[in-house]
Amino acid sequence: MRTKSSTDARRRQTGRRHPLASIALITIGLLSTGGAYALLTTTASAETTTATQQSISEGQKLFAANCATCHGMTAAGTEHGPSLYGVGAASVDFQMGTGRMPLAFQGPQGAQKPPQFTQQQIDDVAAYIASLAPGPGIPDEKWLTGDSNTALGGELFRVNCAMCHNVAGAGGALTEGKFAPALKGVEARHIYEAMVTGPQNMPVFSDTNLTPQDKADIISYLKFLDENESVGGYSLGSLGPVSEGLFIWIFGLGAIVGVTIWITARPN
Amino acid sequence: MAQHDSEHDIAAGSELDTVAERTVSAGTAVAVPSGAFENPGSPPDRIRATDLDPKKEKTAERRVGGLFLFSIAASIFAIVAYIIFPIVPGDLSSVRLNNLFLGLGISLALISIGLGSIYWAKNLMKDGEWEEHRHPTRGREETREAAAEVFRLGNEESGFGRRALIRRSLIGALVVSPLPAVVMFRDLAPAADPVALLKSTVWDKNVRLMRDPSNTPIKASDVTLGSVFHVIPETLANSEHYIEDKAKAAVLLMRLKPEDLHVSADRADWNYQGIVAYSKICTHVGCPVALAEQHTHHLLCPCHQSQFDISHEAKVIFGPAKRPLPQLPITVDSQGYLVARSDFHEPVGPSFWERS
Amino acid sequence: MTTAQETTTAPSRGSRFTSAAANYLDERTSISGITKELGRKIFPDHWSFMLGEVALYSFVAILLSGTFLTFFFEPTMTQVHYDGSYVPLKGIQMSAAYASTLDISFDIRGGLLMRQVHHWAALLFVAAIGLHMLRVFFNGSFRKPRELNWVIGFTLFILAMAEGFTGYSLPDDLLSGNGLRIIDGMVKGIPVIGTWISYLLFGGEFPGEVIVPRLYSLHILLVPAILVAALGLHLLLMVINKHTQYAGPGRTNENVVGVPIMPNFAAKAGGFFFVVFGVIVLISSFFTINPIWNYGPYDPSPISAGTQPDWYIGFLDGALRLVPPGLEFVLWGHTWSFNILIPMIVVGIFIVAVVLYPFLEAWITGDKREHHITERPRNAPTRTAIGAAGVTFYAVLWAAAASDILATHFHLTIEAVTHSLQALLIVGPIIAYFVAKRSCLALQKKDREIALHGYESGRMIRLPGGEYHEVHKELSDYERWRLVDYLDYKPLMVRPDARGRISPMQRVRAAFSRWFFEDRISPATRAELESGKEHH
Repeated sequence: MRTKSSTDARRRQTGRRHPLASIALITIGLLSTGGAYALLTTTASAETTTATQQSISEGQKLFAANCATCHGMTAAGTEHGPSLYGVGAASVDFQMGTGRMPLAFQGPQGAQKPPQFTQQQIDDVAAYIASLAPGPGIPDEKWLTGDSNTALGGELFRVNCAMCHNVAGAGGALTEGKFAPALKGVEARHIYEAMVTGPQNMPVFSDTNLTPQDKADIISYLKFLDENESVGGYSLGSLGPVSEGLFIWIFGLGAIVGVTIWITARPN
Repeated sequence: MAQHDSEHDIAAGSELDTVAERTVSAGTAVAVPSGAFENPGSPPDRIRATDLDPKKEKTAERRVGGLFLFSIAASIFAIVAYIIFPIVPGDLSSVRLNNLFLGLGISLALISIGLGSIYWAKNLMKDGEWEEHRHPTRGREETREAAAEVFRLGNEESGFGRRALIRRSLIGALVVSPLPAVVMFRDLAPAADPVALLKSTVWDKNVRLMRDPSNTPIKASDVTLGSVFHVIPETLANSEHYIEDKAKAAVLLMRLKPEDLHVSADRADWNYQGIVAYSKICTHVGCPVALAEQHTHHLLCPCHQSQFDISHEAKVIFGPAKRPLPQLPITVDSQGYLVARSDFHEPVGPSFWERS
Repeated sequence: MTTAQETTTAPSRGSRFTSAAANYLDERTSISGITKELGRKIFPDHWSFMLGEVALYSFVAILLSGTFLTFFFEPTMTQVHYDGSYVPLKGIQMSAAYASTLDISFDIRGGLLMRQVHHWAALLFVAAIGLHMLRVFFNGSFRKPRELNWVIGFTLFILAMAEGFTGYSLPDDLLSGNGLRIIDGMVKGIPVIGTWISYLLFGGEFPGEVIVPRLYSLHILLVPAILVAALGLHLLLMVINKHTQYAGPGRTNENVVGVPIMPNFAAKAGGFFFVVFGVIVLISSFFTINPIWNYGPYDPSPISAGTQPDWYIGFLDGALRLVPPGLEFVLWGHTWSFNILIPMIVVGIFIVAVVLYPFLEAWITGDKREHHITERPRNAPTRTAIGAAGVTFYAVLWAAAASDILATHFHLTIEAVTHSLQALLIVGPIIAYFVAKRSCLALQKKDREIALHGYESGRMIRLPGGEYHEVHKELSDYERWRLVDYLDYKPLMVRPDARGRISPMQRVRAAFSRWFFEDRISPATRAELESGKEHH
């Protein structure tokens, strides 16, 4: 685990120094909570994969109450929403887990918002949808640890993802009001599920295109970006030259013009 | 009259007298109304607090000195920061801290010197306004005449105006002399003709389509509906001009449902079971048109927002590009891997003069 | 300079060392003459006169930080495998230029700081030049005798952009590589010679292996050398012409009022240098600029969303984005890329109009006098309106370069943003022209009102007749002079020439002159003030 080992090394070398020690401490804290969280989600997904009949019927009820208006009572789709046959548990977990479904309103693209359902409820609906037709399942935990090759991941990310999501994962515009969302802070599981299912207008990156190991590398790269603040200082949204240009005009030149006014003002 | 003739006067140049006559505006008249205000002259100097109160003057002096001393401290802090915030290889936060504290020290040192000097000038240096007379930019008449005389003498003593042969041949020689320098720039580029290079890529019959960057071949069955593959040719790996060849050969591969695909008659066998391959290089100015939308089948160029419709042979539906993206004819080989049927049938990338 | 001056005045005062040193220098350089001439030169004090200084000082910051960078930067495109400390690029193949830029950022203490100082200072440099040019334009400070210095200053602006663009391309990361890709595409769109220019520039097909070293020698040698020479000329002419000043009591077209270079101005300007440099370093220690490590090495296949040039090239990129669709044709067996040519021509005309403006205005007004009093923008309504139209035109092109970011951040569609900006590019300048002109005239009227009736004091009194009246505070002569000291031009009269004829050119010129001066409000006069007083 590259990132972690470097963290360890840093801790050993610089343990006595205050600022670095505190940062190291925070990192350890983050890693351990992340680990604990990962353990919890593992149990959750294990349950989903051995979906019980009870879970499926719970899911069917939830589906009928919350999703059927658009997707139809049998999930075969209506003019307001696509068929969900074969989208798999991964799709349900992504769409509901990131709050995109149920949609707030019909627009160019479903917006991310706080999830409307508990993870248990989402798992139930996922189990129900998965029981209708085979589709991508909830990803295995081993791909989501974020400790594989960040260099390969970065390369794959730039070729396959950066054109829409921006090299720093800051997001970007698509046609007709659609957009590729920012990737900062998105859970590894949801990143994996998005690649495998291609939500909305995102292409599908099936295992024949990017292998699960490739996806794990990409996730590791994104985790690296998430965990390491921009080294040069505040990143100004990672939007590139546009935000830099605005910043220098408004704050850089603005501050300096303020100084010129002070310089030429007559003192009391 | 005056303003029109003036152009001739200036062209004449040497006729100093004529120009001198036009001291009054040549063109625009300025209305000087009767009873205009007169310039009241400089106002009395204002007196500053530091001019009146010796205590305030002393405070100001201490402030300036204090800022300069603070600057020394900040510079020392910068040196200390350089040492106590070293860069630990592989640890990005160490780079961040080094940048932050070194920069903070230097900037505070600089800004303090600046603020100190300005404060000194504003509050302690002699205040008031000074006046300096302006002279017309134009030289004095005798100076100008002397200058004209220099040229006259130069002309007379050298015979530059008189000896037409010398003058003309010298001008000719000077004009021709830089030409070798122009020619010498020819070898900035190789001898080969660029047009032939621009018209072909490394794609060829039976060249396999490989994933970028892993360089693995792609089976037709791998290309599921809705997926997008970023593709390079198999032969690229051995290319002598890897990056130039890649800049022309990058391809986007995707599978469309048969009902979504509109194929013209002469391209009937260019797709393989709904799998199509298009050049990724924009026909506008050459950015990679890599933003693919799964359901609309639109490609978007992130540089200038040209949009291409893959379901209609990548025709342009928005933006500055004119031509559709060139299509790469593909099929499968005996092992089921996707291969090109040929090179592109037209040059890829931005337009150029000799393209058509 | 102080020391040299002391030798000429009172060598007995001060330390022996300084006078001896000054004497030593003067006996070898005649420096006392220059000191005498320039040491007490008067420089007018106004904040807007310091904008050029901002540009000059950022340029010094660029030179210093740039020199540091050259010690570590490797300007070659030799392919290497990265083995520095930035983990997510370890083992990746890249050019030595990109690898050395990463090393500067991650392995050299202060390297990242210098890179950021260099880049932020570059952005500030061009921005300060831009603001300085706007100040000079709206003040009419480009009028005779300063037309040539306008041209030199304009050249500096172009050179600054050239420096910026060549520097932007050096790290050979994905962003700069795609920037060069766009340049290649644009160059190829030039009729007849485009293909060959691109071929020669890149030393073969794009991207080749020589563009970075070539741009490097332009970036650190040729362009800066020309820039420094032009800068010297710019300052020399400013010294010769002396600085302009705002209208004010005691200020005339024949004098310059302000503070002497030694010591007051030197302390302020010198101090200001440290402030500007310090602010640049402060920004560089807190704000990331161009995180090239995110972009990865240049590769022709990937691209990032939000691929934009630095701000000062934005107007060109915006022009490329706004061109209407479908403008590429095959005529006479050749490809005509009007989708590239039209933006280049439009931007070219705009730039040429900027550089020629002083000459165009001088021709229209026929004004051949020297002007050393800057005009307040409101007192030249037509020029201000032209300037406002030009600024709007530029701003729309500039905004267009960020059309995708405008779309995502304001929840609009890219298509709507593009179409609106296309419309705004035509309509915006026209609206700006009229709004600016009307605003100028309104401000002039207000000035006139104030000059004649004083400021509104806000104090209401009730007259014996029950009428309410606001007390106006009358201006001092000094205050009033600032408002009334401007020239009231009359349009050119069409007059027959010596042969009794009126040439068509004369008529055109007179028409332009009428347009330029048609609406004008003449300054208030003493006579009006006095007659006004009688009424009250």
